[in-house]
Amino acid sequence: MKKTILGELEELVLLVVAASTEEVYGVPVMEQLQLQTGRSFTVSAVHTTLYRLEEKGFLSSSVGGATTERGGRRKRLFALTAAGGRVLLEIQQMRNQLWQSIPEGKFDLLGL
Amino acid sequence: MKKQSNPNEPPHSDSRTPRWADRLLEWFVAPHLLEYVQGDLQEVFHKRVEQVGLARARREYGWAVLHCLTPFFHQSLRSVRATGKPISEHTQPALPDMLRNYFKIAFRNLAKNKGYSFINISGLAMGMAVTMLIGLWMYDELSFNQYHKNYDSIAQVRRLYTDPNIQKTDGTDAQQFPMGAALKRHYHHYFKHILMAWWVGEYTLSAEDKKMPKKGEFIEAGALEMLSLKMVKGNYASLKELHSIVLSKSASEAMFGQEDPINKRLKIDNRIDVVVTGVYEDIPRNNRFGEVQFFSPWDLWVASNDWIKQNENDWGNSSFGIYVQLQPNVSLETANARINDFFQKSTPKEMAQRAAKYKYEVFLYPMKDWHLYSEFKNGRPAGGRITFVWLFGVVGLFVLLLACINFMNLSTARSEKRAKEIGIRKAIGSLKTQLIQQFLSESFLVVVLSFVVSLVLISLTLSWFNQVADKELSLPVESLPFWLISLAFIAVTAFLAGAYPAFYLSAFQPVKVLKGTIRLGRFAALPRKILVVVQFVVSIVLIIGTIVVYKQIQFAQDRPVGYNREGLITIPKNDPNYGGKLDVLRNELLNTGMVAGMELSSSPLTAVWNNMGGFSWKGKDPEVADDFAITDVSYGFGKVVGWQLLAGRDFSKSFATDSTKMIINESAANYLGLKNRNGGGAAFRPPIGEFITFYDGKTSRQIIGVIKDMVRNSPYEPEKRAFFFLDANYAAASQIDIKIKPTVSANEALPKIEAVFKKVVPSAAFDYKFVDEEYAKKFSNEERISKLASFFATLAIFISCLGLFGLASFIAEQRTKEIGVRKVLGASVLNLWGLLAKDFVFLVVIALGVAIPTAWYFLTGWLGNYTYRTDISWWIFAVSGAGALLITLLTVSFQSIKAALINPVNSLRSE
Repeated sequence: MKKTILGELEELVLLVVAASTEEVYGVPVMEQLQLQTGRSFTVSAVHTTLYRLEEKGFLSSSVGGATTERGGRRKRLFALTAAGGRVLLEIQQMRNQLWQSIPEGKFDLLGL
Repeated sequence: MKKQSNPNEPPHSDSRTPRWADRLLEWFVAPHLLEYVQGDLQEVFHKRVEQVGLARARREYGWAVLHCLTPFFHQSLRSVRATGKPISEHTQPALPDMLRNYFKIAFRNLAKNKGYSFINISGLAMGMAVTMLIGLWMYDELSFNQYHKNYDSIAQVRRLYTDPNIQKTDGTDAQQFPMGAALKRHYHHYFKHILMAWWVGEYTLSAEDKKMPKKGEFIEAGALEMLSLKMVKGNYASLKELHSIVLSKSASEAMFGQEDPINKRLKIDNRIDVVVTGVYEDIPRNNRFGEVQFFSPWDLWVASNDWIKQNENDWGNSSFGIYVQLQPNVSLETANARINDFFQKSTPKEMAQRAAKYKYEVFLYPMKDWHLYSEFKNGRPAGGRITFVWLFGVVGLFVLLLACINFMNLSTARSEKRAKEIGIRKAIGSLKTQLIQQFLSESFLVVVLSFVVSLVLISLTLSWFNQVADKELSLPVESLPFWLISLAFIAVTAFLAGAYPAFYLSAFQPVKVLKGTIRLGRFAALPRKILVVVQFVVSIVLIIGTIVVYKQIQFAQDRPVGYNREGLITIPKNDPNYGGKLDVLRNELLNTGMVAGMELSSSPLTAVWNNMGGFSWKGKDPEVADDFAITDVSYGFGKVVGWQLLAGRDFSKSFATDSTKMIINESAANYLGLKNRNGGGAAFRPPIGEFITFYDGKTSRQIIGVIKDMVRNSPYEPEKRAFFFLDANYAAASQIDIKIKPTVSANEALPKIEAVFKKVVPSAAFDYKFVDEEYAKKFSNEERISKLASFFATLAIFISCLGLFGLASFIAEQRTKEIGVRKVLGASVLNLWGLLAKDFVFLVVIALGVAIPTAWYFLTGWLGNYTYRTDISWWIFAVSGAGALLITLLTVSFQSIKAALINPVNSLRSE
């Protein structure tokens, strides 16, 4: 399989799922995203991303319980797979490398 | 979806999500996703209800649902597995590949049937080209005057009056001089600008040795700002100085080339001195002021015309235009209501009395109506060009419809040929929706090809169309909206043309089709027949229309004009240096040997500039008050223009008192009521020797002659009652009328005439016009309609025949076997031809039955606009009916004779 590239939103969603201690579904993912990034996301965007990540094999899903506040509808719960974890690690590594290759003092020169 | 049960009732039983949104979601979103998506949406909704309240939460829910309307959530684009689990890689949405396949098949089909493709594409392309041309034309008409930013708030002041004597209401845009000041005094807070103006007219601009006729407008200084002109040089204050002129860019370039025109000196008509203070970007043609090449101050016009100065406080002379711009917060209706009391409030007492007697009423005529609603009935705007705009729009749509009908008919007619393909597709699992997609993509391909062809057609015909329609249209290839509209246009046309075949063909039953016996019922061809009838109705109506319009023009052109236009030219006498040189000019001209005569008149021959009322005469009904067209003419005028004396004599130098005499036209003679005064009988007694007294009650003139009416106004209207006064010393002359000798050609004479003018009056511009050309201009509007109508009619017929041709060939093909059998059994070619042609003739006859009353109805209405009009005679219908039949037969015969001539051995062998 060709190496899969993750879009920004996909990466964020994957991270949110990875960061949660248990299985999550659409709404909490959306809320976490909003909390962490300060941007607003639509339900449809979150779902599209979650399903896409599942197709790529980075997430697994199972059917969860229903609650009244959902109008009795069940949840689809998502969890990180090993492949998902691997891809996150790869991204982090790649980023770290890039960070380390920034010449020292460059940001100082920019007054940052 | 599982419906929820009572224990799961949401916490706020009254807080429901919007029903429409839920339905939309349930309809659109793939079932295996719906539950989770909707659950999440509801969860968010209930949270939001607590946070921001029900109404906003509902709105947000609606929005969120709309966000779900993406292909991702749609079931048909995602293959669904029984488990409802999303899907692995190799069964990706099939759409792009299949679409490519559809296009490939469509393309092969087109290439395989070249004749059929040609008929389809060329027909559609022509239809689209016409529709787009008409669209461009309509856009141009509808956006008239929109160049001016404030065009919504600009208006012209008009006055409505009712003549109590004849109970006739009329209106005028010519106002009294003091009205402007009075408006400013009492109503200034409703208006941003109130501007007095003289009418747009042609003047001669001269600078040093250059002389040019240019159209100009004398108007108060606010005009530049009101019309939001784009100033190249100078600013909106440039018109404030008394002796100023603001030129259009092209006029400036014509006068001064690339030099800076500012502060250059110019003369208007060789008598008014002005200095150029500004230059503005040319106003595009489709604007009321589009022809105006310069603006000069109104005050300057007043200062240089004595008679206007005398009118400053005169409420008796209505000669001036007033334009206004409303304040931004004042609507036209408000302003109209407020200025209604104008005459009670602002005029001297006797004027107020007159105003009351004539029921004067001032109203504003908004700029957006100037062009499209320029016809008046009882003084109020009543339609105008807008009728043509919509009429042409309808015609354009019809022509497009004709082309689409061809497409539909041919596709369905060919259905038998393609039935097998469809059957196989269905048998191997094609869904109906996929077939529909296939046919729609086929028609999309054809329409796109046609669109490209139509763009080529438009670029080829646009200059011709512009000439006919008197426009400056261009394809706006750089504008994004144009391409967006084109795209929408393509989509709509593709759908229009493709929908019927798509749904028709996809409904075939594979079993029947593949068994090889698809016999459509008796009525299967009915829709096709109806469509053919519709085509012919449109075509026949257009033919009849063209003939009637053409006949009407001919009728008016053949109307006796009452004078001889041949070799007659007119030159405006607008230079003060003509002064006492007119007799010299005449002698010099006669000496060239090219000229039969030169005379002078106060109006051009093809117009009446002067109207006067208040005359009285013996036996006049004292209640009657009407006005007469007045023309002051020099001695030999009648001879030069060749008017026809019915009675009495012409003006003559051998009678010393002719300055107190007058000649009248036939209409005036009839009107004066002297017709049958001497004891009944039909004999016409010319009112020779009668006296006409002027409005002052003192002056009077005696009638010495009656001439036949000269057509000077509209050739479609009865000629106005006219008086001709002798103008022995050229006091009122504004036009020089010259008759070139009939034995001499104009090409030969004009240079010599010009040389004389240059010699005698070097400062004057030699700006001549041929009277017959000026007269011909009166027909330009109708001629334009006639040309466009015949263009549309030809196209409509052509497109219809293309369709018929195709249809006939398929029907002949379909009946090959039948024809073979008939031939074997002894039918002649003629029999067979009759058999095949009969159906089409029947359709045309039905079309005639519908078309004739329709055409009659519309054309009677159109002709009703003209007093002097032709009749719609029966032969027009006969000719167009016979024509339509003949064309149909010719079209169909080719195919049916071809079919009838086929050797039956060949057509029957296959079975």
